[in-house]
Amino acid sequence: MKAITDWFIGIYQSFYNALIPDRRYLAYLNGIKVTLLISFFAILLGIIIGILVAVVKVSAVESKMKWLQSICDVYITVIRGTPLMVQLLIIYNLVFTSRNTNEIVVGAICFGINSGAYVAEIIRAGIESIDRGQMEAGRSLGLNYMQTMKLIILPQAIKNILPALGNEFIVLIKETSVASVIAVTDLTQAAQYIGSRSWDVLPPLTIAAVCYLIMTMGLSKLLTSIERRMARSDRH
Amino acid sequence: MIVIKDLKKSFGNHLVLNGINEKIEKGEKVVVIGPSGSGKSTFLRCLNLLEVPTEGSIWFEGNNITDKNTDINLIRRKMGMVFQQFNLFPHLTVMENITLAPVKLGVMSKEEAEQKAVELLARIGLSEKAKAYPNQLSGGQKQRIAIIRALAMNPDVMLFDEPTSALDPEMVGEVLDLMVQLADEGMTMVVVTHEMRFAKKVATRVLFMDEGRIVEQNTPDEFFNNPKHPRSKEFLSKIL
Repeated sequence: MKAITDWFIGIYQSFYNALIPDRRYLAYLNGIKVTLLISFFAILLGIIIGILVAVVKVSAVESKMKWLQSICDVYITVIRGTPLMVQLLIIYNLVFTSRNTNEIVVGAICFGINSGAYVAEIIRAGIESIDRGQMEAGRSLGLNYMQTMKLIILPQAIKNILPALGNEFIVLIKETSVASVIAVTDLTQAAQYIGSRSWDVLPPLTIAAVCYLIMTMGLSKLLTSIERRMARSDRH
Repeated sequence: MIVIKDLKKSFGNHLVLNGINEKIEKGEKVVVIGPSGSGKSTFLRCLNLLEVPTEGSIWFEGNNITDKNTDINLIRRKMGMVFQQFNLFPHLTVMENITLAPVKLGVMSKEEAEQKAVELLARIGLSEKAKAYPNQLSGGQKQRIAIIRALAMNPDVMLFDEPTSALDPEMVGEVLDLMVQLADEGMTMVVVTHEMRFAKKVATRVLFMDEGRIVEQNTPDEFFNNPKHPRSKEFLSKIL
């Protein structure tokens, strides 16, 4: 009996050490803030790039913008074919050489560019899943290609691909943990730092894992409620 | 109103339209019939450039719409089109389906467009469906909404691409009735259909197409009672 109580007290002690002394909880909070900031702006950038690239790819077929399509193909091939961490290091070292660059901005841009390639392919699949007659109906009413795309095709496409997009964003949040390689003190980095101070690395990492879990669960809850709202028109 | 000069259309090596010359006057109700694969749908879809002709030209109200400098989007506002598969926008309510184009194109204010939609819905007896989504409607209701969606733009001509082919038999009547009403009001109409009763009742002229050409054309009385071309005779003997 005593052994079990001691074990619990030991666990309590190590988690206490990982959280309370030197106001270490502030480091986690700050890490969460950085992770959320990078994720948020990366998702935003990813959506913008994704929509642009997807629309260029599906519309280039019927226009003279073949060269734009080639650029998009190269972008998707390179981004999907190289490791995220290598991309992060290259962009950090090569493009942002200035000493006073903001690592959070670099991180957000880098993850956004990376995510954009995946989002573009998801959105393209969504656009191509919409019946051709929808584009024809829009055009026959006098709407131009871009108006029809924006008002008729994309809203339906996005509704169809919401689960796949949600998946991509959850992966993105988790992958921001790689950002520590460019000296960003995100949640993972904060946990490692505290672990090195308290000589006990498992409790802070467990705390970080729980924080990631809460963030991704929150995001997937949010997406489910958006999905439900968008499904209004499916009622029979 | 519409002049078609030497229209040709091919998909790859397959020649679908092989030189069509035709003139459609204001107020005419032209019904296009023919066996499947004869090019009648392609012909209709060329009229508003949903299919781009390979050769030849099409003139609408004095404008050469096949000319690269013509803004086809402006032309299409005046040419309503109704599709076999209805093509209502499933993510929008019936009201939004009808008002989307007039409002977004700046042809009407939102209030005007909604007022017009209310009138059109009342006319087809579907006022209570304004807030419904297309998925909640029957096929016949969908197609009638699709027709008034096109009418909301105040078109000068209406193009119908087999409007009743995707409908259950008992719903064909309600769609044809609306089309007959339109015809009686003087709308210029070009209709691709397999409904011979409609052709007999409404058409001012019947075009019979086969293998990418207009083989024979006549008034419905003459065409159905006294077909001249062997292909027309064969076709009519099979379907009547």
